[in-house]
Amino acid sequence: MNEYTTTRHNELVDPSLHIWGWEIPVYLFIGGLVAGMMIVTGYFIFKGKYKDKACVCRVLPLLGMIILSAGMFALFLDLEHKLYTWRLYLTFKVASPMSWGAWILIVVYPAMIASFLVNVPEYFSNKFPWMDKISEKLQQHKYAVKNIGVVNMLLGGLLGIYTGVLLSALGARPLWNSPMLWLLFLVSGLSAASAFVHMVAKRVDERELLAKADNGFLILELFVIALFFIGMVTSTKVHIDSALVLLSGIYAPAFWVFVLALGIVIPLIIQLLAVDHKIKHTPVAPIMVIVGGLVLRFVIVYAGQYTRWVDAAF
Amino acid sequence: MARFGMVIDTKKCVGCMDCVVACKTENDVPEAFNRDWIVQDVRGKNPDLHMEIRTERCNHCDNSPCVYCCPTGASHVHDLGGIVLVTHDLCIGCKACLASCPYDARFINPDGYADKCTFCVHRVEKGLDPACVSVCPTHCMYFGDLDDPNSQVSKLLASRKNHSLIPEAGTKPQIFYLV
Ligand code: SF4
Ligand code: SF4
Repeated sequence: MNEYTTTRHNELVDPSLHIWGWEIPVYLFIGGLVAGMMIVTGYFIFKGKYKDKACVCRVLPLLGMIILSAGMFALFLDLEHKLYTWRLYLTFKVASPMSWGAWILIVVYPAMIASFLVNVPEYFSNKFPWMDKISEKLQQHKYAVKNIGVVNMLLGGLLGIYTGVLLSALGARPLWNSPMLWLLFLVSGLSAASAFVHMVAKRVDERELLAKADNGFLILELFVIALFFIGMVTSTKVHIDSALVLLSGIYAPAFWVFVLALGIVIPLIIQLLAVDHKIKHTPVAPIMVIVGGLVLRFVIVYAGQYTRWVDAAF
Repeated sequence: MARFGMVIDTKKCVGCMDCVVACKTENDVPEAFNRDWIVQDVRGKNPDLHMEIRTERCNHCDNSPCVYCCPTGASHVHDLGGIVLVTHDLCIGCKACLASCPYDARFINPDGYADKCTFCVHRVEKGLDPACVSVCPTHCMYFGDLDDPNSQVSKLLASRKNHSLIPEAGTKPQIFYLV
């Protein structure tokens, strides 16, 4: 037997860590979603699809900026020493994923603004003709536009990856010590973004394309989740115990039902039938994918805080 | 350069919590929070049981994840003997350092910054022992330079069996327990 008693009962730390509430999972989800949106936008711009007035890449940058700002606000709400937030931007700490994140969040905005200006949405071009002029000028420089597409894809990738590295760099929480976490969050972000774009796109061919892409991402996500667990259960005792928190422990119902079944498998089946034209496209599957992605962040953040090295039998 | 650490004799510690009270008084630790605490660790199979009573705190790790992950540089290693400290007005309260510490040695001070044991750096600067070490009624705690082979802590470690906490987490903790 191993009985461990402590006199410590610090708030947020004991009996198990719960420093991060809803704000961080929401922020990480939004980070992944916007990362995916940037990659989709970048792809359409790179492929020259922006020339079509109905292209979804016209509205995505603005939506991305609004959603990301909401995510940053959630992150801000989580900080305990809010008045000192500006300290983040007085330095760059190369070993700190949190510092990388702070700066990545700053550099993605100009990239999104640039992709916004490539083809300004009608509402803005009518109201602010000077924006339209910038678009016209930009569109004359094909290579500049292509580069805007590439930069959006690259920075989107970086943003998505960072949301996973942020957790996996914290070695003290065994469940997060997986080299698959960045890939899991990136793929989940891409799938949520595809689902989102599928819902907002006006062109049928774009919706078809995104539904197909989403199916690919969902299948990939299943593989990544499998590899995540294989890595965990072939590691040390603390890692095996941590994996069990998700597989059969207190977070198992949320994980199996909301993340795997309702968030990945069922929408995947629905969408496979839809792209096969066996059933009609509806927003049901995309909504399930988006909610599943959000629950994934909640489950990983909460269950990860629950796992630790001390007294490691949960 | 000195490398400060602690050696704690678990054969002498009775878990009286004097060190806990001393720390709270010396450092004005806010109500309901602790920078140091007592652990009772019972292992074995009945009737062959072994109990270790330990006083625990931040291990002032040589390879400190809390310092690496801090985005502002608030968590840092002090020039004096590698003591790990937090600069309050650099800390944004992001809690990454709390998540990175395998010992859960940190907490958020009600004023919003990350807080933890400082090895009583203000006393050490004056050549004094940390408050917890100085009050222990069983004299089970020793503080000193682990890099100096002639220091009491080094000699104790050389002469007695000892262990650190969760060495497998790779943080190189600087507190050792004599068994
Ligand atoms: S014990 Fe925790 S807080 Fe202290 S130096 Fe090590 S990792 Fe940092
Ligand atoms: S809570 Fe403060 S000390 Fe800890 S990592 Fe964040 S900024 Fe650094």
